[in-house]
Amino acid sequence: MNSTVTLTEPVQPSQSALQHIIYVMRENPVTLVSFMMLAVLVVIAVAGHWLAPFDPLASDSSAVLQPPSTTHWFGTDNVGRDVFSRVLVATRLDLQISVMAVSLSFVIGSLLGAVAGYWGGWLDVCLSRILDTIMAFPLFVLAMGIVAALGNTVENIIYATAIINIPFYARLIRAEVNIRRDSGFAVSARLSGNSEIRVLAFHVFPNTLPPVMVQLSLNLGWAILNAAGLSFIGLGVRPPTPEWGIMVAEGSQYIVSGEWWMAVFPGLALMFAVFTFNLLGDGLRDIVDPRTRK
Amino acid sequence: MKNRFIAVSQRVAQTIPVVVGVVVISFLLTRALPGDPAVFFAGVAADEASIEQVRVALGLDKSLPQQFLIYVGDLLRGDLGQSLSSGQPVLSDLASRLPASLELTLFALVISCLIAIPLGVLAATRPGSWVDHVCRVLVTAGVSLPTFFTGVVLIYFFYYLTGWAPAPLGRLDFLYIEPEHVTGFYLIDSLIANDMQTFAGTLKQLILPAATLSLFTLAPIARMTRSAMISALSSDYIRTARAAGLANGTILRTYALRNALLPVITTLGMVFSFSLGANVLVERVFAWPGIGSYAVDALIGSDYAAVQGFVLAMALLFVLVNLIIDLVYSLIDPRIGFTTNE
Repeated sequence: MNSTVTLTEPVQPSQSALQHIIYVMRENPVTLVSFMMLAVLVVIAVAGHWLAPFDPLASDSSAVLQPPSTTHWFGTDNVGRDVFSRVLVATRLDLQISVMAVSLSFVIGSLLGAVAGYWGGWLDVCLSRILDTIMAFPLFVLAMGIVAALGNTVENIIYATAIINIPFYARLIRAEVNIRRDSGFAVSARLSGNSEIRVLAFHVFPNTLPPVMVQLSLNLGWAILNAAGLSFIGLGVRPPTPEWGIMVAEGSQYIVSGEWWMAVFPGLALMFAVFTFNLLGDGLRDIVDPRTRK
Repeated sequence: MKNRFIAVSQRVAQTIPVVVGVVVISFLLTRALPGDPAVFFAGVAADEASIEQVRVALGLDKSLPQQFLIYVGDLLRGDLGQSLSSGQPVLSDLASRLPASLELTLFALVISCLIAIPLGVLAATRPGSWVDHVCRVLVTAGVSLPTFFTGVVLIYFFYYLTGWAPAPLGRLDFLYIEPEHVTGFYLIDSLIANDMQTFAGTLKQLILPAATLSLFTLAPIARMTRSAMISALSSDYIRTARAAGLANGTILRTYALRNALLPVITTLGMVFSFSLGANVLVERVFAWPGIGSYAVDALIGSDYAAVQGFVLAMALLFVLVNLIIDLVYSLIDPRIGFTTNE
């Protein structure tokens, strides 16, 4: 516990944090790879519209269901649209849906969890009961029910994905806030005249963030899967908008006659995105939690 | 024995608030419809008179608490409303399709347990070996795999390319006659009827969707088995058993595995919840006539009573499974008396 590392760390926090990140990157190349994969995703999401060689919506009756070639890298679909362009352009929408859903559940979940964990009491009991009830539903099924109730739109896909993710954040932050509520630094902040809300917002809450970041990254992958699953069964995003889930759904109609490229490439893109966030989550865990260092 | 009985009834009593919460949420979902719920429940083709009829039937002209009481009353009588698309009561629709989904889910869970538990045990006993690496790759890949995509890829390989699997079109090829209805599980019913051909036909149709679902559930079970085995193997009682000179196999099977299985069984509850969701997607890919396909068709067709009935049924099923798991847990591990967990 009282090793020299922990004693010297507070002296130059920024430098040692950077050093730690470099150390982790060098120790675990997989983390480095996952950051590079994330960079690729972000670039495609931002620049996908310009990178796409064809108009993702333009159909071409002379080039229907063509296998991958040098012109159409990922082939063409049943109305002659270029699958490669569609996969690229879809990246932004898929990432948008999941990032917005996860940020919503992060904000709402942390507010609820922080309040419940800090003040406790009946508020805490009520919240725990509500969260237990949400968790009592199979979550994908609940998302279907919410979309059915709110209406079949992209925004409601985001809300549904956000609602089913709230319990994870609320529970995690509740627990993290709760154990730090009466810790030394919180007590001293209180004694030096900070209001309870200031103590919670500026002293206790920021310290809960590292483990939450890990959850955030893992959750993003899961949110992408969830949103793609919902659009796969025909909810939310409408054709002809390019979106990975819909593209797999459209492609699955042609898989039994052997036109594999329509479903396989968007599916691989989906896997790549989810895999990136899962790897990133594991990597962040190493950065955030030095105990897992080997 | 008396203590055991009290513990069990306490655990059963704990499900009551959860069930109440589930009913409240599904009630709120039916009332959260944008605009006039009566219009939605009456369907697209309804005229003024039938909308009014639905409004009175659902009690939508009354206050919210009154509506809730009516809703609960209907539920207690097993009335989940009428499905617009089939014209049947939602409950009977769900009941007739539930066996197909359960057969698929349970079969897939059995397969993935049969693979994941030995894999996890091997990985834990030989850390760093190739088994351990295979286990790690499977676990990481498994959580990144979209179930619907795995299904499509499996169809391509095993139906289109090799032709080993039959066409992904439902539970039984039309060449076979459906077995007489006893349990609704075709595998069991065809065995009861001693019809081996139908049994083989059912199995052929079942393998691919079940494999898709198992690939998805394999990862959490294998990961849990591996970590539970590792912590069990490093515990004091294993060291004692080794020091006492017990055979390695005995230590693994009797001492380590039995203790490691407890957290695995808990994980199974969570995995079951995931598979109920994944089931919807897999049923969609394989045209499986279960409740998942039913719910998706209902969603697309704006058949609200059917969707809400499905959501409620799935939640109650999940609560029931969790209850069963906890009770099984207490049978396996007599130390657990429920009093400790609040």
